[in-house]
Amino acid sequence: MIYLALLLLPLAGALISWFTGSNLRRPRLLPLFGAAHFILTLLAFMGGPKPVLSGWLALDPLGMVALLTISTLYLGCAVYAAGYLPSRRRRSNRVLCLGMLVCLSAMSLVTMAHHLGLLWVAMESTTLSMAPLIYFNRNARSIEATWKYLLICSVGIALALLGLFFLAYATLVAGAETTLLLEPLIAGARRLSPAWLNAAFIFLLVGFGTKMGLAPLHTWKPDAYGEAPGLVGALLSGGLVNCALLGIIRVYQICMAAGDVRFYQQTMIGMGLLSMAFAALFMLRQTDFKRMLAYSSVEHVGLLAVALGVGRGALFAALFHLFNNGLTKGVLFLTSGNIHRSYGTKNAEQVRGVLQRLPFTGGLFLAGFFAITGSPPFSPFLSEFGIISGTFGGGHPLVAALMLLFLAIIFMGMASTILPMMMGSAPRESGTVVGYRDRFFTVAPPLALMVVILVLGIWLPEPLRRLLADGARLLEVAP
Amino acid sequence: MNSLMDQLLVLVMLLNFLGLGTSRMQVAIRTVAFQGVILGLLPGLAHTFSWHLGMITLGIILAKGVLIPWLLFRAMRRVEIREAVEPFLSYSATLLLAAVATALAFVFAAKLPLAPQHQGLLFVPAAIATIITGFLVLTTRKKAITQVIGYLILENGIFIFGLLLSQAMPVMVEAGVLLDLIVGIFVMGIIINQISREFSSIDTSRLTALREER
Repeated sequence: MIYLALLLLPLAGALISWFTGSNLRRPRLLPLFGAAHFILTLLAFMGGPKPVLSGWLALDPLGMVALLTISTLYLGCAVYAAGYLPSRRRRSNRVLCLGMLVCLSAMSLVTMAHHLGLLWVAMESTTLSMAPLIYFNRNARSIEATWKYLLICSVGIALALLGLFFLAYATLVAGAETTLLLEPLIAGARRLSPAWLNAAFIFLLVGFGTKMGLAPLHTWKPDAYGEAPGLVGALLSGGLVNCALLGIIRVYQICMAAGDVRFYQQTMIGMGLLSMAFAALFMLRQTDFKRMLAYSSVEHVGLLAVALGVGRGALFAALFHLFNNGLTKGVLFLTSGNIHRSYGTKNAEQVRGVLQRLPFTGGLFLAGFFAITGSPPFSPFLSEFGIISGTFGGGHPLVAALMLLFLAIIFMGMASTILPMMMGSAPRESGTVVGYRDRFFTVAPPLALMVVILVLGIWLPEPLRRLLADGARLLEVAP
Repeated sequence: MNSLMDQLLVLVMLLNFLGLGTSRMQVAIRTVAFQGVILGLLPGLAHTFSWHLGMITLGIILAKGVLIPWLLFRAMRRVEIREAVEPFLSYSATLLLAAVATALAFVFAAKLPLAPQHQGLLFVPAAIATIITGFLVLTTRKKAITQVIGYLILENGIFIFGLLLSQAMPVMVEAGVLLDLIVGIFVMGIIINQISREFSSIDTSRLTALREER
C-alpha cells in the first residue's frame, strides 16, 4: 500500500498541477505534495514495509537511505519553489511543476525497484522528466545544456540497458533461469559466468556513471548545473545523483556476492580518484559559481565511488555521506539560486558583498561551503572523515593520501571563489532584477536543511544509525 | 525458422549501411523505422504464438515503425531542415569504418563465451555491428536530428541482444522501455525545435557557448 501511495501521490499532484490554470497558485501544490510524500516516507521508515509484487517492490535499508535523502531534499526544494516561482511569474511554470512531480514519483520508484529492468525504466524516466526543468530559462545557453544532458544521459542509460542484458545473459550461461530480480541474482551470484558479469559491471558502471557524473563521463554536468535554476540544480545533485548511485550500488551488491571482487573494487577506486582529480583541476580559479558547485558534485560522487571500492570500513560512512552530500548540495544550490537572482550573474568576479545584501543567503552559502568541504561540526565532516579513515584502515594508504590532497586543493579552490563573493560591499543594483532580497520562503528551506546537517554532525539518532549500519551490512563482501 | 531470422538480421546490418551512407534525412528516418519493424517481427519468429507475444510485436512495430518516425518527421517539418545530413567525417570514411566494425563484430562474437544454444547465430554480431554503427552516426554527424537517429540505431542494436533473453524482461518492463523511448524522442523533438528557433539551425557544432573559460 505504502509503495503505491509513494508512487501515485506525486503523479496525482502532477495531474492536478497540469490542470491548474493560475501561474501563481500552481507552485503552491509543490510543498503540499512534497510534505505528503515526506510523511509517507517517514511512515515507511518507521514501519519497514514488507516486499510486495513477488519481490519487485521492496524498501531495503539501502533504498530507504536514498528515499529518505530524496524526500527530505525534495520537500526543501518544493517549499523554495513556492517562494521562488512567483518572483518569475511571467514565465509559465506549468511544465516545471509537472516535471518536478513526475520526477519525484520516478525517483521513488528507483529507490524501491528490486527488478533491475524496472529500475532502469524508472531511471530513464527521471532523466526525461528533468530535461524540461533544465530548460526553464529558455535561452541559447540553457538549450545547449539541455541538449547535451539529454543526449549524453540517454546514450549512457542505453548502455546501462545493454549491461543489464549482459547480467541476465550471465545467468543464462550459468544454466540458471534468466531473471533480473535482485534477490535471486545475489543468491546465485557465485554461479554467474564471470566474463559476462565483468562486462555487465563495466557497461552498468559507464551507464549509471554517466548519469551520476563520474569522470571522465561528467562533461554534461557543469553545463546542466550551471544553466538550470538553483532549485533544479539541487534536485539534480541531491536527487538524480543518488538515484544513479543506487543503481550502481545494486550492481555492486551482486558483484560483491560473486566472490572475486578485486577487479570491481579497483575499477571503482580508479574512477573515483579520477573524478576527484578532475574536480580539483577545474575548481581552481573557477569563475562561475554554479559550475563550481557542479564540480563539487563530481568530487563527491568520486568520493562515494572510492568508498564503495574500499568496501568494509568505509561503507557506513559512504551511506551517511550519500545523505549528507544530498542535503548540503541542496543548501548550496538553493542559496546560489538566490545569489544568481539578486545579482543577475553567475560570474563570481561580479558578485561582491553577498553577506551585506543577502545576509541569510550569504551566511547559509558560507556554512554550506564549510560543510561540503568537510569542516566540523557539520555531518559531512563525520562521513568524509569516516571514508578516509576507512580507506587508510582498508590498506589503501596511497589512495587515502591522494584523496586528502584533492580535498585540500578543492577547499582552497572553493574558498578563493566564495570568500571574495561574501566580503566587500555590494555593487549598486542595475539591470532587470532589482530589489531581490531574502524572504521567508527562499531562506527557510536551505536553513532547515542546514539545521539537519548541523544536528546530525553532533548527534546521530539511533534509528538512522541502525538504518545506515543495516545498509552497510548489505554491501559487505559475502564471506 | 533460423534461416529466415538470419536473413532478417543480415538485412538489419545492411540497413545500418544505408542509414550511415545516405545524405538524405528522410531516407535515414525511414531506414531506422524499417529496422525497427524488422526487430518487431523477430520475437514472433523465435517463439510460438501467444497473446503476450502478439502484444509485444504489435507494440514494437507501432512504436518503432509508426510513432517514432512520425515524431521525427514532425520535428523535421517544423524546423524546415534542408535535406543534407552534413557529416563531420565524410560518408566514405564512415562507411569504411562501419564495414571494418561489422567484420570485427563477427570475429569478436565468435570468441565470446556464448550459451551453447546461441553459438553460430547472427544475433550477437548483428547487435555489436548495429551498436557501433549507432555510435558512428552519433559522433560523426552534426545535426541534432541525425544524432537522434544515431541514438535510435544504438537502441536497436541493444534490442537485438535483448532478443536472446526472452524471459528476463517481462511485458511490463518491455512496455516501460518502449514508453521511455517514445517519450525520450518526443522530448528530443521539442528540444530540436527550440534549438532551431534559437540558433536558426540545428547544427550542433554551433552549440559551443558552454565551456571552461581559461
